[in-house]
Amino acid sequence: MTKLTADTFISVDKLTTHYGERLILDKLDLSVRQGEIMVIMGASGSGKSTLLRTMLGLNRPTSGQVKIMGLDVTNASRKQLYQFRRQIGVAFQGGALFGNLSLVDNIQLPLREHTNLDANTIRIMARMKLDMMNLSGFDNLMPSELSGGMVKRAALARAIVMDPQLLFFDEPSAGLDPVVAAELDEYILELKQAMEMTIVVVTHELESAFRIADRITVLDRGKVAICGTIDEVKASNDERVQNLLNRRASREQVTPDEYLELLTRVQATRPHRGDIDG
Amino acid sequence: MVRAITRLGEKTIEQLEHLGHLTVFLMTVISKLFVFPFRYRAVLQQLYFIGAKSTFVIFLASITIGLALGLNLYVELSRLGVQDRLGTAVSLSIVRELGPVITALMVMGRAGSAICAEVGIMRSDEQLDALECMAIDPFKFLMVPKFWATLISVPLLVAIADVIGVFGGYIAGVVIFDVPYGAYWQGVYTSIDWQHLNMGLIKSLVFALVIVWVATGKGFLLHLDKAGVYGAEGVSRVTTQAVVMGSILILFFNFLVSAFMVA
Ligand SMILES: Nc1ncnc2c1ncn2[C@@H]1O[C@H](COP(=O)(O)OP(=O)(O)O)[C@@H](O)[C@H]1O
Ligand SMILES: [Mg+2]
Repeated sequence: MTKLTADTFISVDKLTTHYGERLILDKLDLSVRQGEIMVIMGASGSGKSTLLRTMLGLNRPTSGQVKIMGLDVTNASRKQLYQFRRQIGVAFQGGALFGNLSLVDNIQLPLREHTNLDANTIRIMARMKLDMMNLSGFDNLMPSELSGGMVKRAALARAIVMDPQLLFFDEPSAGLDPVVAAELDEYILELKQAMEMTIVVVTHELESAFRIADRITVLDRGKVAICGTIDEVKASNDERVQNLLNRRASREQVTPDEYLELLTRVQATRPHRGDIDG
Repeated sequence: MVRAITRLGEKTIEQLEHLGHLTVFLMTVISKLFVFPFRYRAVLQQLYFIGAKSTFVIFLASITIGLALGLNLYVELSRLGVQDRLGTAVSLSIVRELGPVITALMVMGRAGSAICAEVGIMRSDEQLDALECMAIDPFKFLMVPKFWATLISVPLLVAIADVIGVFGGYIAGVVIFDVPYGAYWQGVYTSIDWQHLNMGLIKSLVFALVIVWVATGKGFLLHLDKAGVYGAEGVSRVTTQAVVMGSILILFFNFLVSAFMVA
C-alpha cells in the first residue's frame, strides 16, 4: 500500500499489467511527490515504458490503480482522461514528432487545438519554448532534418508548451552521445527549478539518473527493487540493484521448467511457413 | 493432423478478432464523421493528395482500358455487323463496371498504400500516442479528414475515368476503325441513363469507404498485429496486407453491388 501524504502527486497501487499472457508489472507500488524529479530505472525490457504508458492511460492494467492529481487514471472515462492530459506533458522515447509538420508547427499544435489564442500569440509562445530548448532559428525544419539531440529537445519543447504541472519523459538520453545527454539533463533540471514541475523520467542510463533525480525507483522483474534517494540506492545491498549500478550483466535465473516453457512459447507464436497473408 | 486443425482454428479466431477490431475502428470513425468542428483545411490537403495527385494514373489506366475495350468489342460487333453499337457497348461496360473498379484499384494501390504506411509509421513511432497524450483525438484529427477526402475524390475520379475511357473507345472505334463518328456518340448518349450512373456512383462510394477503411485501419492497428514486428518491417507488412485485402474487397463488393442492382 502506498502511503498517501498531502504532497503525493502520483500514487500507483498494486499495478499489474500483462502483454497477452506475459506478466510485465507485478503488483507494483510507487508514489511521486509534488515538485520532485522521480527517475524510474531498470534494464531494457524491465517494463519502464509500460509503467509510463499505464500511468498515461494509454495501456489498461490487468489490475491495480494509478491515481494522478486526484484522478483514477485506470478507470477514467475518455473525457476525464483528455481533461487530465491537458495538464501534463509527455516526451516520448523517439520524440514522436509529426513527420508532416515543421518543427514550429509541431510545437504549436497543442496550443492551436486547445486555446483560442490568435496565430501571432501562439507563434510567440512556441518560439519562447524553442528558445528555452536552444532551438531558435530552426523553426521551419522538418523532423527528419533534425539531429537526435534536437529531436529530444523538440519533443521536450512540445511537451511543455502548455505549461503543464507534470512532465513525463521516456528515455531522454537513449541514443545520444554523453555530452548531448548531459545537456538534456540540464534542461530537465531547469524545468523543475524554473517552472516547478513534477517530473517523471524513465531511463536506463545511470549517469543521467544520478544527475537529475530527487528519488530513484529501480524496476526489476516487474517489481520495485528499491525506491529512495540517490544515496539510498547507491547504498543498497540488493545484488541485482548493485549489478545494475555496476553494469554487470546478471544472468536470468531460469529453472529448467521455465526455460522449456519459454522455448515452446516462442515456437507457438512464430509465423509458420506457408501461411497466407491478408 | 490435430495440430493442423488446431492451427487452423487459432488462425481463424485471430482473423475474426482482427476483423472485429477493424469493424470497431470503422464504427468509431463513422460516429465522428459529422462532429464539429469540420477540419476543412485538413480535408483539402488530403483531397489534393488522394484526389488531385491520382488523376494522372487514372488518366493512363482509363485511356488504355477504353482503347483495349474498343478494339476488342469492335472485332466482335463487326463480325455480327452491328459495329454501330460500339458506343453503347463501351460506355455501358465502363460506366457500370470498369470505370469504378479500375479507379478504385488504382487509388487503393497509390493513395491507399501511402495512407496505410503513413498511419502505420505514426503508430510505430508513438505519434498516435503523442496525439492522445496531447488530448487530441486521432480519429477526429487524422482519420475523419482522410475519410471525407476519399469519399469525395473517388466519385470524381470515377467520373474522369468514365469520360476518358469512353474517349479511348472512340479513338479505337472511330479513329482507328470505321465506326461513324455520329453513331458512336449517339450510342453513348442514348444508352447512359440515371440507372447506370447511379450504379457507378454507388460503387464509387462503397469502394471509397473500403479503400480508406482498410488503409487507415490496417495502419492504425499495427500494434495489434500478431506477427509482433513493429518498425519499418511491420509497416511494410501491413501495407502489403492492406493493398491485397482492399483490392479483394473492392472486387467482391463490385460483384455484390452489380448483383443487387441487376436483380
Ligand atoms: N505492445 C507490446 N506487445 C507485446 N509485448 C510488448 C509490447 N510492448 C512491450 N512489450 C514487451 O514488454 C517488455 C517491457 O517493455 P517496455 O515496457 O517497453 O520495457 P522498457 O521500457 O523498460 O525497455 C519487453 O520485454 C517488451 O518486449
Ligand atoms: Mg522503453
